[in-house]
Amino acid sequence: MGVWIMAGVTFREAARKKILWMALAAGLAFLALFGTGLHYQMKDLAAGRVRPILLKQIPGAMLMVGLYAIDLLTVVMTVLVSVDTLSGEIASGTIQAVATKPVPRWQIVLGKWLGFAAMMSAYLALLVGGINAITYTMAHVTARQVPQGFALMWLESALLLSITFFFGTHYSTLTNGVLALGLVGLAFLGGWIEQIGAATNTTSAVNVGIVASIIMPSEALWRRAANDMQSPLANALNFSPFSSASLPSSTMIVYAGVYTALALLFAIRRFRRRDL
Amino acid sequence: MTQATESRSRSPSTVLQQSAAGLAIATRGLCKVFNGKVAVRSLNLEVPRGEIFGFLGPNGAGKSTSLKMLVLGRPAGDVPIRRKIGFLPEHFRFYEWLTAAELLRLHGRLYGMSHSRLRQKVPELLGLVGLTEHAGKRLRDFSKGMLQRIGLAQALLNDPELIFLDEPTSGLDPAGRRLVRDIIKAQRERGATVLLNSHLLSEVEITCDRVAFIKHGEVIETRELNSLLAEQTTVQVRAANLTAEMAAGVEQWASSVCLQNHQLTLSVASREALPQILRFLVDRGAEVYEFTPQRLSLEERFLEIVGNDGGL
Repeated sequence: MGVWIMAGVTFREAARKKILWMALAAGLAFLALFGTGLHYQMKDLAAGRVRPILLKQIPGAMLMVGLYAIDLLTVVMTVLVSVDTLSGEIASGTIQAVATKPVPRWQIVLGKWLGFAAMMSAYLALLVGGINAITYTMAHVTARQVPQGFALMWLESALLLSITFFFGTHYSTLTNGVLALGLVGLAFLGGWIEQIGAATNTTSAVNVGIVASIIMPSEALWRRAANDMQSPLANALNFSPFSSASLPSSTMIVYAGVYTALALLFAIRRFRRRDL
Repeated sequence: MTQATESRSRSPSTVLQQSAAGLAIATRGLCKVFNGKVAVRSLNLEVPRGEIFGFLGPNGAGKSTSLKMLVLGRPAGDVPIRRKIGFLPEHFRFYEWLTAAELLRLHGRLYGMSHSRLRQKVPELLGLVGLTEHAGKRLRDFSKGMLQRIGLAQALLNDPELIFLDEPTSGLDPAGRRLVRDIIKAQRERGATVLLNSHLLSEVEITCDRVAFIKHGEVIETRELNSLLAEQTTVQVRAANLTAEMAAGVEQWASSVCLQNHQLTLSVASREALPQILRFLVDRGAEVYEFTPQRLSLEERFLEIVGNDGGL
């Protein structure tokens, strides 16, 4: 019961934060920009200056760029919305009024996690749905496997949420934000090192990327999502920056799921034991 | 910067709400260590049921830590026990986007209260703390005093058997302080036990039945307030014909006897001696115009017991 009360209040809290609406506005502005760009692109294509095979590849590539931006927005928003929820409430003493109620502490953490997860699921669904609707309307193109892609992007956001919760039970808000976004940066860099390494057959570079993914699997989730959503032709031709020369394995995806669950579990464990 | 503090707490025998001896709280040797620094050395506490019990001590004596340990640690930390307690943390804060009524409903639901019960209880408590007009106002527009009032209301939602109040009058104006005092007394009349942490001695003096003096993380004395203040009375005597012999004679009951012109100041350990002293003076020919026992204030007793070094 306590879980759902906490989830409800957290959802409402996230919804009342300016950051969410800013991110949503940024997302919608981005969709508008995307639609405008695509509109002119399609006009140009309709004039018949490109080969028919490219007719679907160009809007498809634009769609991938758009999805990448959505992925980034969602990750950043997940961290920013939830970064203060545990550390901030512990620091201000707000949490004491809740922690002394007849609700076990694990329910407080899990409830908050679910509240934020629900919020960012809605956010992600809106943007991913929106961009696919735009490309479908204008160019009769959608991402290839939208549910899989969405699920992977969702997992990436959930992963960040768990990590932010984990650091939030250990460190101050600022430290928490720096650590969580720092890990995203590390994964991003590791991902590119791996790609370039694979393209040049440099095994050590690929291994560096894999180690980075083990430390933080967020980029691996995106690359797998991109691979699932991008057209097979683009994948095969290395047509876009989202083609993976070294595709994250299914093991890596399972690993990311376990990572997400464990980070949340350790956050709960720490919260149960620490002084409030 | 890390917020996390490594701490260790040990509670060999803490019993809440269970004692056969009519105690609401009993602790023995409760201690708390933060990063190797002892905050509470050994808390031995017995709080009788149905009393208002005050925690007194200089800054940094471990009062708030002790209170938090009782309310956030075990066994108050156990869910079934927490159904019976109410807690007002120091400097009450909550999500500022909630309205006063929403805040009470949320906390009521965390207590597991039904919607119908809350429909009755929320307006009742808003009325009790004088916030009925502000029920729909968001906490971000609340003053410090209003936050304190709504904090007190949330601590009373479940008609708790045991109420922990950490500086309940901080940020309140005199009217607010009186309101809080009245609420605390009403809780005692209802049969609840109140543990009050306050540095305002005048508040404690008016409200509490019993006080514990804490210094360096230890309870150095627990006393019933009335007896504490009754003992050690200073008496001012204004009379004609006072002599040095009389002053010397009074010393059999009193200490620090001082005679100046027509004024005799003496201090007695027990008020029982007062009639005898008066009779002694009158029998020996003193013309007594004034005989005024003055109770020592709690502040004076506090400084006497805790010392005025502030416990630092």
